[in-house]
Order: sequence, then structure tokens, then C-alpha cells
Amino acid sequence: MSKISLTVNGRSISKEVSDNTLLVEFIRENLRLTGTHVGCDTSQCGACTVHVDGKSIKSCTMLAVEADGSQITTIEGIANGELHPMQQAFNDNHGLQCGFCTPGMIMAGIDMVNRYKASNKPLDEAAIRGELEGNICRCTGYHNIVRSIADASTKM
Amino acid sequence: MTDGIGARVKRKEDKRYTTGSGKYTDDVRNENQAYAAFVRSPHAHANVTGIDASAAEGMPGVVAVLNGAELTGDGIGNIICGWAITSKDDTPMNMGAWSALATEKVRYVGDAVAVVIADSMEEARNAAEAVEVSYDELPAVVDTATAMDAGAAQVHENAPNNLIFDWELGDEAATDAGIAAASHVTKIDLTNNRLSPNPMEPRSAVATFDPAEEHYTLYTTSQNPHVARLVLSAFYQVAPEHKLRVIAPDVGGGFGSKIYIYPEEIVCLWASMKTKRSVKWTSTRSEAFLTDAHGRDHVTHAEMGFDADGKITAFKIDTIANLGAYMSLFSSAVPTYLYATLLAGQYHMPAIHCNVKTVYTNTTPVDAYRGAGRPEACYLIERVMEKAAREMGMDPAELRRKNFILEFPYQTPVIMNYDCGDFPGHLDKAQAAADVAGFAARKAEAASRGKLRGLGYSTYIEACGIAPSQAVGSLGAGVGLWESAEVRVNPVGTIEVLTGSHSHGQGHETSFAQVVADRFDLPVENIQIVHGDTDKVQFGMGTYGSRSGPVGLSAIFKACDKVELKVKQIAAHLLDASADDVFCEGGEVKVKGTNKSLGWHEIGLAAYTAHNLPEDMEPGLKEGAFYDPVNFSFPAGCHICEVEIDPETGVVEIVKFTAADDFGTLINPLIVEGQVHGGIGQGVGQAMLEQVIYGDDGQLLTGSYMDYTMPRADNLPSFDVEHNSVPSPSNPLGVKGCGEAGAIGSPPAIMNAITDAIGTENLEMPATPSNVWQAIQANQIKHAAE
Amino acid sequence: MYETTFHKASSADDAASKLGAAEEGKLLAGGQTLIPTMKARFASPSDLISLKDASISGICRDGDSVVIGAMTTHAEVASSVDVPAYLAALAGGIGDPAVRHRGTIGGSIANNDPAADYPSACLALGATIRTNQREIAAADYFEGMFETALEEDEVIISVVFPDADKAAYAKFPNPASRYAMVGVFVAQSGGETRVAVTGAGEDGVFRHEGLEAALADSFTENSAASVAVSADGLLSDIHGSSEYRAALITAMAKRAVAAA
Repeated sequence: MSKISLTVNGRSISKEVSDNTLLVEFIRENLRLTGTHVGCDTSQCGACTVHVDGKSIKSCTMLAVEADGSQITTIEGIANGELHPMQQAFNDNHGLQCGFCTPGMIMAGIDMVNRYKASNKPLDEAAIRGELEGNICRCTGYHNIVRSIADASTKM
Repeated sequence: MTDGIGARVKRKEDKRYTTGSGKYTDDVRNENQAYAAFVRSPHAHANVTGIDASAAEGMPGVVAVLNGAELTGDGIGNIICGWAITSKDDTPMNMGAWSALATEKVRYVGDAVAVVIADSMEEARNAAEAVEVSYDELPAVVDTATAMDAGAAQVHENAPNNLIFDWELGDEAATDAGIAAASHVTKIDLTNNRLSPNPMEPRSAVATFDPAEEHYTLYTTSQNPHVARLVLSAFYQVAPEHKLRVIAPDVGGGFGSKIYIYPEEIVCLWASMKTKRSVKWTSTRSEAFLTDAHGRDHVTHAEMGFDADGKITAFKIDTIANLGAYMSLFSSAVPTYLYATLLAGQYHMPAIHCNVKTVYTNTTPVDAYRGAGRPEACYLIERVMEKAAREMGMDPAELRRKNFILEFPYQTPVIMNYDCGDFPGHLDKAQAAADVAGFAARKAEAASRGKLRGLGYSTYIEACGIAPSQAVGSLGAGVGLWESAEVRVNPVGTIEVLTGSHSHGQGHETSFAQVVADRFDLPVENIQIVHGDTDKVQFGMGTYGSRSGPVGLSAIFKACDKVELKVKQIAAHLLDASADDVFCEGGEVKVKGTNKSLGWHEIGLAAYTAHNLPEDMEPGLKEGAFYDPVNFSFPAGCHICEVEIDPETGVVEIVKFTAADDFGTLINPLIVEGQVHGGIGQGVGQAMLEQVIYGDDGQLLTGSYMDYTMPRADNLPSFDVEHNSVPSPSNPLGVKGCGEAGAIGSPPAIMNAITDAIGTENLEMPATPSNVWQAIQANQIKHAAE
Repeated sequence: MYETTFHKASSADDAASKLGAAEEGKLLAGGQTLIPTMKARFASPSDLISLKDASISGICRDGDSVVIGAMTTHAEVASSVDVPAYLAALAGGIGDPAVRHRGTIGGSIANNDPAADYPSACLALGATIRTNQREIAAADYFEGMFETALEEDEVIISVVFPDADKAAYAKFPNPASRYAMVGVFVAQSGGETRVAVTGAGEDGVFRHEGLEAALADSFTENSAASVAVSADGLLSDIHGSSEYRAALITAMAKRAVAAA
């Protein structure tokens, strides 16, 4: 067991966790933030994507103890009174169906737009599709996910 | 009215999903939650000679280790197939016994033999590893085409040569005569690749037994919670139906794989009773690959005859379908009544004969997956049509046009009666949108860059909204296939609609509300759709086979008829008018030709206060309906795919994909188009990426996303989706169902485009870069030799 | 995942001593391969020693070389102005964006997955692997699938890549896993031409002498295409035959030459 202190969605948290606890288990089971999902066991589907210190990571492939001292943002933490532009864009563009991959898609989408804006690169359709390599959706054929992210990128 | 039928209303349910507030089964955690881990067979085929749980039982956190002998000892019944198919020699199908926990024999890798219940998931998994099962390994049979061969391993004793049934449909003599008389016969051998459905939410179950009430609650990832409850109680004797509540909350996709009752739900319920703990199991993706019912897996030889004018004379089909190690719930219906009945496609075929043999193998059970039988039929017909056109030197679109059915209703030789359609119209619309006229120039331009370009068609038809209950009953179905609805107008005028349909991504909370909003001219916000809980909703059949529109919505519509009648009677009474003159508009109930009106909420209040109702009228405003379809609905359309291939690597790029579809009345085009996109995405997956592969020993070689290729964003193009709607005359709204068409129509269009580009028909799905490269190499060698 | 004990190392030497003290310890350097392996219960280290705080990350120029700290993430390499474009592009193509935010060059090279990208760059560019004990030339470092010259308690500190006159990497990803099914790194510097192939070989990354000779003679696509790449010693599996991988080596070599 280790004691970890971290910030999750702006809230300071100190908790004891066993050393083999995955960050996603910590988020879902210890903090009961169940918007972060688990869709595979080989780090490929991206349903568990959260931000650690502002960068997207797969919370199924990081230990909770490794997050000691970090700032974590989950899907529950991005709306600030009103929906984040990425959340709104997914609704506006029908970017989700069953909703299971959606939190990961939104977190990956925000990270992607932030990075492209920071480096002044154009986030066109091909770039969005390439950037989504680590997020799998089975419902939408990605068509409207791509549109949602493109739409949000003009509003972030 | 801006939110009614035909409006692109943004989904009402999205907010909970985009904010992480959705509630899926694995999000449920009860007080004192215990966790289940299954001990699964590592062998494809073996006798179980002993189970030693003594070490596991002593491990930290372990509550119990339970096995199949205890399960059957408690009277839990075997898992059954719910559709009885009779062989052509009138013998019943050979259904082998399937216990939720195997007792004497395991028949596929992943077959469960025991379960550990523990205080935490990790403790359960640790202990499951410590359960020592002794196996006496047996040879395995895996391959579909050779499963019936002499000497093949026998999966079930009561199915000699692994044959489950040998079934036929159509007139064999007339078909043989049609082939014999043909001036050209196109022959084809095709494999329809085995797929893993892969909804992103893995299956999960949380079962809780209340000893005081002797009552069970099951949260589960189900497309049809009432059917689950019925089967769990009536057939498996897990719990009495009135003492079992099944809740399918937010469900993260299904595609068929969450129709069935699996061993894990049965075991969690039973274990909850045994341990007096709430028992939770959530599949890992690895377990999902092993245990979620697979789809497709056909091997087919077919021959189609044409007269000198290119008109079809007959179509003869021989198919072997692999059902895996056990017969899953609807497995027998998929390669029979959901397959052979669609083999006429969009074409006038004087005679059809189809023979289907189904076989057991030591592989995961196979059942319905998005499209279920219809993709297999469509793929076969449309590849044959394209091949025939090439062999006869005809334009593939013109060969299709020459054979299209033009008059309706049309009785095919294989049961189906098509109620309406516009097949040439779909083709015209798709050809224009795809700019087929400009293809030759694009092909030449691609060639100048060393790339191979091809264009392929698929003019598909499918059948949704399965179908009159009496008819399916006469064909062997164990259930009726109607749907139910209850429309409750509250005293304040808001409306709850309780539907037997189940949404696991289809957007019913929006599109169903639109239909009711449209009917009474109310804001869509005032209408709430309730589904997925057997304690809340009346018995219903659930969602699969694109039935929620044609059947589920029809039930709602029918219940609305009854509500409307009562509303009009109340309004007429209160406004001193004739009920015939009362109509709903703008949130009010008005009398034609007058300025008399009442607010919709005033009607609700009047119904529930019951101070002033027509004589003999019961208080309240709540009506239910059961709707039994009079026919299937027949979505149809044309898909055109254009590809560009790099001959050096075999990489296929879909440069343009066009769909022109007929789904009848569109309730919400935004949602319909989303369904088409997703369907095509899975069709691309089948055609180019996905395949479940077993080793000869029955080991699954594609057991994770490291080896099973899921479609990703960069595998797919944007899709051009056009509508050419012909409302169905067979249901009150004229809807046809849109959930599966994309997955049905697209694979042959893609394969026809690829084979057009590479100049050889010798290519099976999936057209991976490796397979395409091999086909190009083989074709070059063949041409060099000629 | 089995139980394990987590430690933070404050330096490479601290990591080495913690590793030495552990019953069956493993270094944690991003964990993008190790954690999935542990989740699958294929690995069960008694102790995990995190290198996150070991002060061995960062990128700097050293004359005509770039020195990349072992704990530098793929995302950092991909976006660094100090890293030559050919190497930044390779790093930007490893895994997916979330993996690149965690995965590190040291982790990749220590693991030596036969389908990893970095080993090809190390061989083709003649990199040097600096550890807490010594410097190892790339040519002496990779010893076959998942095998390296590292001693049990040896910790990679950085990797030094001499600048090349011309270089590029072309990858053909496995359709499912997106790891390299074939990756070809071509490099020319100071008159020497090197071609390293990852993903395809039965024994992990290797140099292709035939391609090197042809490209040394003429650094053109046609020259690469003229080499008959043998399928001997190449992997053959459900994703492709050895013949297909041989054809991909030619195709990727041509692309890399064109991009260099």
C-alpha cells in the first residue's frame, strides 16, 4: 500500500492504494467517478482516456501510485457550469450512439485540439482520423466523431 | 411543430453520456459487493476428470468456489436454442446439452467449468487461477467446411458427424431445370468470415438475491431484458419470473451479441442465492473474444443461371454454417430463415433452392451479429451478380437493372413477400452521387500514379421487423415477435412512454419521443421514454433485427391511437363539441371551426381529477398496446464503393463510399444516418479488416485487439448517405428499420470494387493488405503462365 | 494484476541498487508495455522501480549528436526542435497520442520488442546507449527478440544519436496492433549507408546488407527496388507471410529512400 496525494477535477485527494491498483480502478472504484470506462485490456480502445497534468493518457495503463502529485482531469471535470465545447459538439453533430467510448473520445479530442492549437498545425479530417488511432468506437463509423472534433476545434 | 417526424432533433440522452453520467451495468456497485471470476477451459475439447478447489477456497477473500455439478444439482437447466429447425428428412435438429458450468466435457476454449466468488475482483481472479481442473484432452474440430468429414472429432454425441440439421428452402427440381436451361451459369465459392461483435462495453452482470423476499435483481447488459427474464425463469429455473427483476440500464452497444442469455448471468444469479451476496461479473475484452457469440462463418457454393438476354433463370445455393460448440439462443434461425429467405435479393428469380447444413465445432458459439443471415445472403448474391456481369461482358449495373423487381407486392420463391420498393431509383441516385460517369477518368489518373482503382456495386435488400408472430411460430420460433407500449399522460400533461424496445445506442429516447410529439403536437421535451426495466415496463421483446422502428414504434403509435380517442372524448365532453371535430395543435386540444380549446395539460388534469368526465368513462389517461406486424419491412438500397489500391503493399483505400437507402419514413434523419455510418463501418470491418481465426487445435489466435483488427478512424472514409424513401405500407408509420442495412449492403460493394481493381475474383474477406497482395501476386503469376 | 511493491528511484544508480535489492524487480519507464503485460498476468515483478524522478529525461544537442534521456517520452521527442526530423517523425508514429505521452525511449530500447520502432533507428544511425555503467554501441546492444546486452541491474540513462546526412524511417503497421509489421530505417552519413529493419525478423531488428550495398552504390528508389529481399528468417503469421514481409521491406525501403 502507498499513500498518494493528487488533484482530481480540482479536488485535492489523499488516499491509501495498493501498489497494483491501476489509475482507472482508482478513479472508478475508489473515487466512484464512473464516467471513465474500460473497454479492453491491451491499451488500445481508449475508453479510459483521462488527462494527467494536461495530457491525454490511458488510465488503464498507468498505476495509481504513478499519479502521486499529479493533476487529473476526468470526463466529469471538464464542464465548467456549461458543457465544454467538445461535449456540446458531440451532441450537436451526433458524435455518439451508445456513449461508452464517448468520454474517452472527448478527452482525446480536447487533448488533440489543444496540441494542434499550441503548435499551430491545421487539424483537418485526415489529422483527426490519424490522431484517433488510440480510440475505438464500434457504433458511429467515426463519421460524426470526426465532425464533432472538427466543430469543437473552431470553438475552443 | 419542429420536433416531429422527419426533424433532425439532437439527442436528448446525450448529456448523460457526454458528461460521464451514464449508468452502465459495471457502474452498479451494491453494499457488500462480491465478485465472480470464471475458471475457463484452456482446451478446445477435453473431458473434465476432476476439479480441485481446495487451494482456492483457502485463499484471501474467497467466499465460495462453485462448479457445474452443484449447479445442475440445484436444478438449473441447460441453455437452449429458441428456434426449432426441422431437417429436410423431417427430423428435429440435434441440440447438444449446454450447461452454464461444464460438468463432464468442455467444448471450446473459454467454456466455463467453475466460478470463484470473492470479496474483490483481484481476489476472485487470483483464486480462479488456483482452481485445479484435470482435463483429458480430446482432438478438436474447428474448420467449417470439413467439420462433417469422416474421422472429425465429435462435439456432441447426439449430433453424428457434427451435423445439427440439414435444411432446405425452395424448389430444387425447378431450380435444377432453370440452371440446366441457362445459356450462362456463374459459379462461385465463398467464405463468409467469422466475426466478433465487439460492442465497446463488455458484457456485465450484477445479481442480488434478497433472502427475505426470495427475490432476485439482475442488472445486465441486455438488448431484451424481458426475454432474458422469461428464459432465465421458464427454461433455466434460476428464479421464478415474478421474483426476478431484470434491469438493462445504459448498454454500450450490442449488435446482436447482447440478445442471448449467457452462462455468466445464470451463474451470477445462482451464486448470489448460494452465497447471499450481491455477485458482480464484468467481462474483460479477452473473455469477450472467447465467450461473446460470434457472427457469420459460412462456406458456400452457389450457381446462378442466366438466359441469353442476361435474365436470371435460377439460383442454387449450398451452404455450411458453423454454429460453434453449442447452439446459442437464435443460432438456428440465422443461417436459415434470416438467410435463405433473402436469396432473391432485388431480382426476379424464377426458381431458388438453398440447402443449409449447420455444424458443431470446438469454437465459440455463433449467433446473430448485425444483419444476421442477411449480410451472408447479400454478399453471396451481389458477388455472383458482379462476377456474372464480368463473365458475360456486361455492365454490372445494367445486369442488375435487367433483373430488378419492378412491381409490388412481389412474392419471391423463398417465402418473402416484398411490399414495396424502388430498386432502379436507388441505383440511379447512388450512381449520380458516386459520379460513376467520371470513374473511367479517375481510374486512368490513378493508373498514371501506379495505383489500381476499382468500383463495385451492391444493390441490397433485407428484411426487418420480424414479423407476424403466427408465421414465425409456424417456422419454429419459440417466441412471438410483437412489441408492446404504454403511453401514460400525466395529470400535468407530460407523457411517459414505456416501451418494450431497448436502446443501446439507437437514440430511442429522442426518436420515439418525436413520434409522440408529432402525434399530439407537443414539445419533445415533455415526453420521456422509459425502457429496460422489467419492474417498470410491461413485457416486451427488445431490440434486434432493426425492429424498434417498424414494430416498437408501431406499438407506441397504436397506444397513441387509444390515448387520442380518449383525449378527444374528454375534450368533446368539456367543450360541448363532437369528438370528430377535436384535434391537437400547438399544445392545445381544439375544436374544428371554432375558437374553443383546452390546454393539453387541462385534459390530463381532467382525466385524473375525474370531476367531470363523460358518463361511464374510467378516470386516468394511460393506454397500452401490443402490435404484431403483418409483414416484414424491406429496407433496400444501393451502395457504391470506389477504391484505390497500392499494388506494392496491397493496401486498399476507400476513396468514396456512397449509399442510397430506402428506410421508408425517416423519423430522425440525423439518427438514421448515424446508424448507416456505423453499419457501413462494421461492413468495412468485415470486408477489409476483421476475422476470427482459430488454430487447428482450437486455440483462438485473434483474442485481443493486438490481433483482431477493429476498424479505426483512419481505416474509414466519410460516407455519402442519400435517401430514396418509399414508405412501407405494412405499418402505420411507414418505417422500415435502418440499423443493419449498412452492415448488409456494404461488404459486397467493397469486395466488388477491390476485385474490379485487381482484375481477379479470387479474393475472400477480409481483404487485408496481405490478402490483397497475395491475390495480386497469384493473378500476375497466372497471367504470366497464360 | 498480481501484487507488487512500488518504489521511486531518485537517480539511475538508486534505481540500480533498488533493482539489485529486489527479489524480481522491474524498472518502470512509462509502462506502456510492462503494465499491459502485468495486467495479462504474463509478468509478475515483486517490485517496480519507477524512473520518473530519476532525472534522466530531456533532450540536448552534443556537437553533431542529439542526446535523448532515457525517460524522455515519445511525444517529447516528436515535438523537439533539437531532434532531427527523421527521428522526430519516428517517435511521432509510435503507438497513439496517449501512449506517446507515457512511453519512453529508454523503456522501448530496454524491452527490445521485435516490432518496436526505435531499435531500427539505433542500428541505422549508429547510436550509443549510455547506461549507469558504460556505453554500448547499438550494434552490440540488440541481441534478439526481447534480448539486450543490459546486465540485470543496469539502467539506461540516455541514447546518443549521431546526426545523419540523410535518413528516414518508413513503417508498415500491423493492421490490428499498429506495431511495425515492417519498419525500415535508412541512413547515410560520412559515406556509410545503413539499413535497419524492424518488425519483420524472426530474431528482432537486423541490418540488411543487400539493401545497404545497393543504396551505398546509388541512394535511389530504383536501387532499393532492385534488391531481391529474401523471405528467409522473416516472420510468418496470421497477419502475413514471410514473402509478404519481404515485399514490404522493399516497399518501405523505397519509401524511406524517397523521404530521406
